[in-house]
Amino acid sequence: MTPLDYEYLRKALKDRSGLDLSLDKQYLVESRLLPLARRLGLTNISDLVQKMKNGAEQTTAEVVEAMTTNETFFFRDKLPFDHLRDEILPALLQARAGRRSLRIWCAASSTGQEPYSIAMCLKELGPAVAGWRFEIIATDLSQSVLEKSKSGLFTQFEVQRGLPIQLLVKYFKQTGELWEISPELRAMIQHRQFNLLQDYTQLGTFDVIFCRNVLIYFDQPTKISIFERLAKRLEPDGYLALGAAETVVGLTEAFKPHATRRGIYLPNTKSPSIVPAAKPLGQVAGLRAG
Amino acid sequence: MKTCLVVDDSSVIRKVARRILEGLEFEIVEAEDGEKALELCKNQLPDAVLLDWNMPVMDGYEFLRNLRRMPGGDQPKVVFCTTENDVAHIARALHAGANEYIMKPFDKDIVTAKFQEVGLI
Repeated sequence: MTPLDYEYLRKALKDRSGLDLSLDKQYLVESRLLPLARRLGLTNISDLVQKMKNGAEQTTAEVVEAMTTNETFFFRDKLPFDHLRDEILPALLQARAGRRSLRIWCAASSTGQEPYSIAMCLKELGPAVAGWRFEIIATDLSQSVLEKSKSGLFTQFEVQRGLPIQLLVKYFKQTGELWEISPELRAMIQHRQFNLLQDYTQLGTFDVIFCRNVLIYFDQPTKISIFERLAKRLEPDGYLALGAAETVVGLTEAFKPHATRRGIYLPNTKSPSIVPAAKPLGQVAGLRAG
Repeated sequence: MKTCLVVDDSSVIRKVARRILEGLEFEIVEAEDGEKALELCKNQLPDAVLLDWNMPVMDGYEFLRNLRRMPGGDQPKVVFCTTENDVAHIARALHAGANEYIMKPFDKDIVTAKFQEVGLI
């Protein structure tokens, strides 16, 4: 791969997905794109770049997908799910007792381990939430990871990383070599292909947003823009969960860190972007999108 | 340093497990069947047991039932590590007092995840 090829790929990825590759990520590009190049019958990455330059739309889409697919596992980092169970859900069950419904957005949901982990947390609430309606919107840029997520099928290796054995027995069924998540949990999740650079209004408003381990790939202005737009999709008493290496501090006034729960952020109600009128407006937007 | 008793009739598996667990800063004791493991536990209870199911003399399931009946035998965290990977076996193991369950083949990530799950690391 020549420096010019790398420059072309960096720009194409930035334009398409917002992925911001630093100048020293050639190894990452090679490890992800060489298998793709070979699969397409090409010998190297320069040929792949040439194909993109010639306007092969499908190839460009596959390159973006190969570069943005990220590792995930059930209950990744554990802590955000403890926060969800111990603080976020109890608070929201009280606050939404009239409406008896919650909407949760998993932005960059990858192969589904995160939305299914959230679904399990909700199910574990048991009879306390009988009659409640839970909606988890799982979005990702990559169609192929969404397909995998939709299938609800996981390998033995995948179900052993982060998933407590009791939950495996409770919510999965063995089908041959694979483990299939229960239809009940699958029904709680709606999958949508979605680019975080896109307009979010069509998604409606949410009580909780999980946007973890994806912002690290964006540059500063993109991060800021995403935070501002996430704030508009979140109810004033909602919660935003970020990845362990991510923060809003120094980037935006739209959110403030939770006083005690690390990785959890709250809409900053003093921010002009969410004046008190945001609640009724948000509900209207939610109804339209629903 | 916490101790982990590795019980498996395959010396290769014991060696692999030892390497992974020593990397997680456990002191390792090995046994090749359930009976030998039980003898070791009578001397001193480990903090953790990584336990195969199928072994000669006494299998892992029998060992677990015996361990849980010993004075203080409810203390060690027991993680099964076996090729028995069907729900029926898993349910039986949990019912007998297993804390976690690893389906072979396994690697460092899985052992680490499972040991974290039961609070050993």
